[in-house]
Amino acid sequence: MGTYVPNTKDEQSQMLHSIGLNSMGELYDTVPEEVRLKTPLNIPAGMSEMEVSRKMRSMAAKNKVFPTIFRGCGAYRHYIPAIVKQVTSKEEFITAYTPYQAEISQGILQSIFEYQTMICELTGMDVSNASVYDGATAAAEAVIMSKERNRKKALVSETVNPMVIETISTYLDGTDMELEIVPARDGLTDLEKLKEKLNDNTACVLIQQPNFYGLLEDGDEIGKLLSGTDVKYIMSCNPISLGILKTPAEYGADIAVGEGQPLGISLSFGGPYLGFMATTHKLMRRLPGRIVGETKDDQGRRAFVLTLQAREQHIRREKASSNICSNQALCAMTAAVYLAAMGKEGLKRAAVLSMSKAHYLAQRLCEINGYELVYKGEFFNEFVTTVNTDTDKILKVLEEHGILGGYPLSKNQILWCATEVNTKEEIDTLVSILKEVA
Amino acid sequence: MKLIFEKGNVNRGLDLLPECDVPLFSVDEKFQRKSELNLPQVSETEISRHYTELAGRTYGVNNGFYPLGSCTMKYNPKINDEMAKLPEFTDIHPLQPLDTVQGCLEVYRLAEKYLCEITGMDHIDFQPAAGAHGEFTGLKLIWAYHKDRNDTKRNKIIVPDSAHGTNPASAAMAGFTVINVPSTPDGMVDIEVLKTVVGEDTAGFMLTNPNTVGIFEQHIREITNIIHEAGGLCYYDGANLNAIMGITRPGDMGFDVVHLNLHKTFSAPHGGGGPGSGPVGCKDFLAKYMPSPKITEKDGMLTFEDKNEKSIGRVKNFYGNFLVVVKALTYMMTLGGEGLKDASMNAVLNANYLLHHLKDIFDIPFGNDRCMHEFVMSLENLKKETSVSALDFAKTLLDYGMHPPTMYFPLIVHEALMVEPTETESRETLDEVIRIFREIYDRAHKNPDELHNSPVNTPIGRPDEVTAARNPVLRYTFHNKYNS
Repeated sequence: MGTYVPNTKDEQSQMLHSIGLNSMGELYDTVPEEVRLKTPLNIPAGMSEMEVSRKMRSMAAKNKVFPTIFRGCGAYRHYIPAIVKQVTSKEEFITAYTPYQAEISQGILQSIFEYQTMICELTGMDVSNASVYDGATAAAEAVIMSKERNRKKALVSETVNPMVIETISTYLDGTDMELEIVPARDGLTDLEKLKEKLNDNTACVLIQQPNFYGLLEDGDEIGKLLSGTDVKYIMSCNPISLGILKTPAEYGADIAVGEGQPLGISLSFGGPYLGFMATTHKLMRRLPGRIVGETKDDQGRRAFVLTLQAREQHIRREKASSNICSNQALCAMTAAVYLAAMGKEGLKRAAVLSMSKAHYLAQRLCEINGYELVYKGEFFNEFVTTVNTDTDKILKVLEEHGILGGYPLSKNQILWCATEVNTKEEIDTLVSILKEVA
Repeated sequence: MKLIFEKGNVNRGLDLLPECDVPLFSVDEKFQRKSELNLPQVSETEISRHYTELAGRTYGVNNGFYPLGSCTMKYNPKINDEMAKLPEFTDIHPLQPLDTVQGCLEVYRLAEKYLCEITGMDHIDFQPAAGAHGEFTGLKLIWAYHKDRNDTKRNKIIVPDSAHGTNPASAAMAGFTVINVPSTPDGMVDIEVLKTVVGEDTAGFMLTNPNTVGIFEQHIREITNIIHEAGGLCYYDGANLNAIMGITRPGDMGFDVVHLNLHKTFSAPHGGGGPGSGPVGCKDFLAKYMPSPKITEKDGMLTFEDKNEKSIGRVKNFYGNFLVVVKALTYMMTLGGEGLKDASMNAVLNANYLLHHLKDIFDIPFGNDRCMHEFVMSLENLKKETSVSALDFAKTLLDYGMHPPTMYFPLIVHEALMVEPTETESRETLDEVIRIFREIYDRAHKNPDELHNSPVNTPIGRPDEVTAARNPVLRYTFHNKYNS
């Protein structure tokens, strides 16, 4: 049996005696008999570290790691610089608690302050929080932030990732807010329909840029439409794309959110990831979760603290702006180290490479009979094509070649993705394999 | 110390990505970023040293004693982290074909089996990313249950006044109204008051047991019966599960829904605030409301089942904080059934050892004779006698190289310090803690000013939190070389 209890059995009995007890059982005298567990836990006996390692590895071996991935759909394989994994493996960072005790938590606090700064720079917004669970919950929290006494309807574009929409729907279900979907036209938010739906009860409009199909929405037009109104403009964006694409702030957004996983966080079967949230000065006090601020200590030295805590659950209880307590701090640090390593030019290059490879991929795919772009709009690093036979069959063949193909949207459409890690050679190989299927 | 933005120089950086091997594409002007992007321009050396310096200004469980009540800051075994770094776990796309992710699903399945056994629940779902997220999810189950029965007037969640702040906040977020019930002088739920507040509008009741003053609710069966008889459901906040593994189970106490904090009881690290994992457990009759998708077994293969008509839906983009669950499962496999029970017993032993050797001088308002895995001290009298507050006491502990206990919680205890040593501390550490607590107590009487001015040995002294909140500076402003 493995254990992390340092005290030996002898020491345990000495400690028991020193407090006037004779057995461990007596510690639980106050637990009523009627609720006591009468049998041992039916969990296999503990194991040595070596045995556990072997068992876990045998489970891991049942997974298949794809050397080549052309699938995104909300989770992206980008290059992760070696320094990122080293820095975020430091024991102090991994094992620290939420930095309530500022005097011995300056490291965590400063890292979050730097993260907040980088998120503001990426999005162009004024203020960022210290992270929420993931992109979907960030979107849901943003929608809740937008609520006004007389504005309770959230208009969410159909072109937002469906899993994000489902999450928002769960968050609003049973509350006084309502979700309404703005339909899509040619893969983009239908602006005419959006205009029709806007009214005095609209709290916010949420779009995704680039959207679920990889297309670039006319964010300016929506910005114009909402400018000067009390409707909050929420934009969910891909942080890598912001190296070259127009920022939410430039579109006039009030709240920017997104999935931070592309910023140096491994795919990890879906988590832990990173939800980022940034907003304007005006909405700052509505942000959920932790926020770090700069101040001075009693000797005038630079100091960082958790601040604006009057929004939070441990102070406001049922009146808090959100229930969030634990967040994704270490993932936020990961993103910050990633952005420090990439720098402006590196991030820009990751974005340009991703976009260029995706366009090369699209061009090559469309050489195949039966493959066509489904939508004509401009895209970043994802796009949808038709295919010439059943998607299941295509993806199965690719799987046999160690390639995770795009995400099947239906029996005859695939959502493809490329990033800087996909080489020309991989793309050419993919195309030559696909030419043989059908 | 300097921010990363104040280090480096223009055009300094790392060479990370190759040249483009396909034609360069550029997007239409109207989609292009116009605004400046200020990111660090630093060398790898500078990044490495910057974060090493930050790590030196951070206090983790690896640095020393961390008795944060309610947070269960136990040692985080390294084998857990190593397993969570296996490429066959980290390099798996969440939307891979099911036959290529059977290992991940097996991790979830096995962890579910063990946690069901520990909690006495029939099902566990790992979708929620943290404790509060689990609370929200669990409360949605309660909401869905009443709605499904057309019992729509049930809109109130009852919460003890000693509860964690997340309890009422989660209830409000799930659309409920919160009713607070007081505690009795001995620190337990006031059953007489509880009887008067339950009724046709009761949706549910939330409780930690052991409760937040560190004692076991003696009348737990009576409490859960009262709620059930009124037509409500009982929710167990798993924050304090570390006291009772293998001793008693929420399912046997009458709870219908639980959430667990894998980053507390199951040794996954806190990461400076996260990520955690907040799985939700429930009894059979609530299973159909569990979040979607859920993991099921079909023809010998594990799969995600998406079409669950009565499900509350999705609470997160992809299913679960997977790597945190890997860590928790590694831990459970290492300890096994007996080891988990042994961990709980030693957590309670360590807390009682501290309590016993401190209670002659410190006031313990509840459970003075016997606590569970934690206890709450009140420094109200010390403050009256010496002007040294719980805050001063906590800050002085920093000078001894120790993380203070949780301060000013629960709210029902004045000048509270909530102490949870956990089972992974040795007797020598506890003896040293006792010595230090007693020494500070003496110093409070002899030289209180010294304590008002503590800490003095830490990287910074007490920060000015008032100015921080009044004039918030929440990001660095670039007016430097990067812009030129």
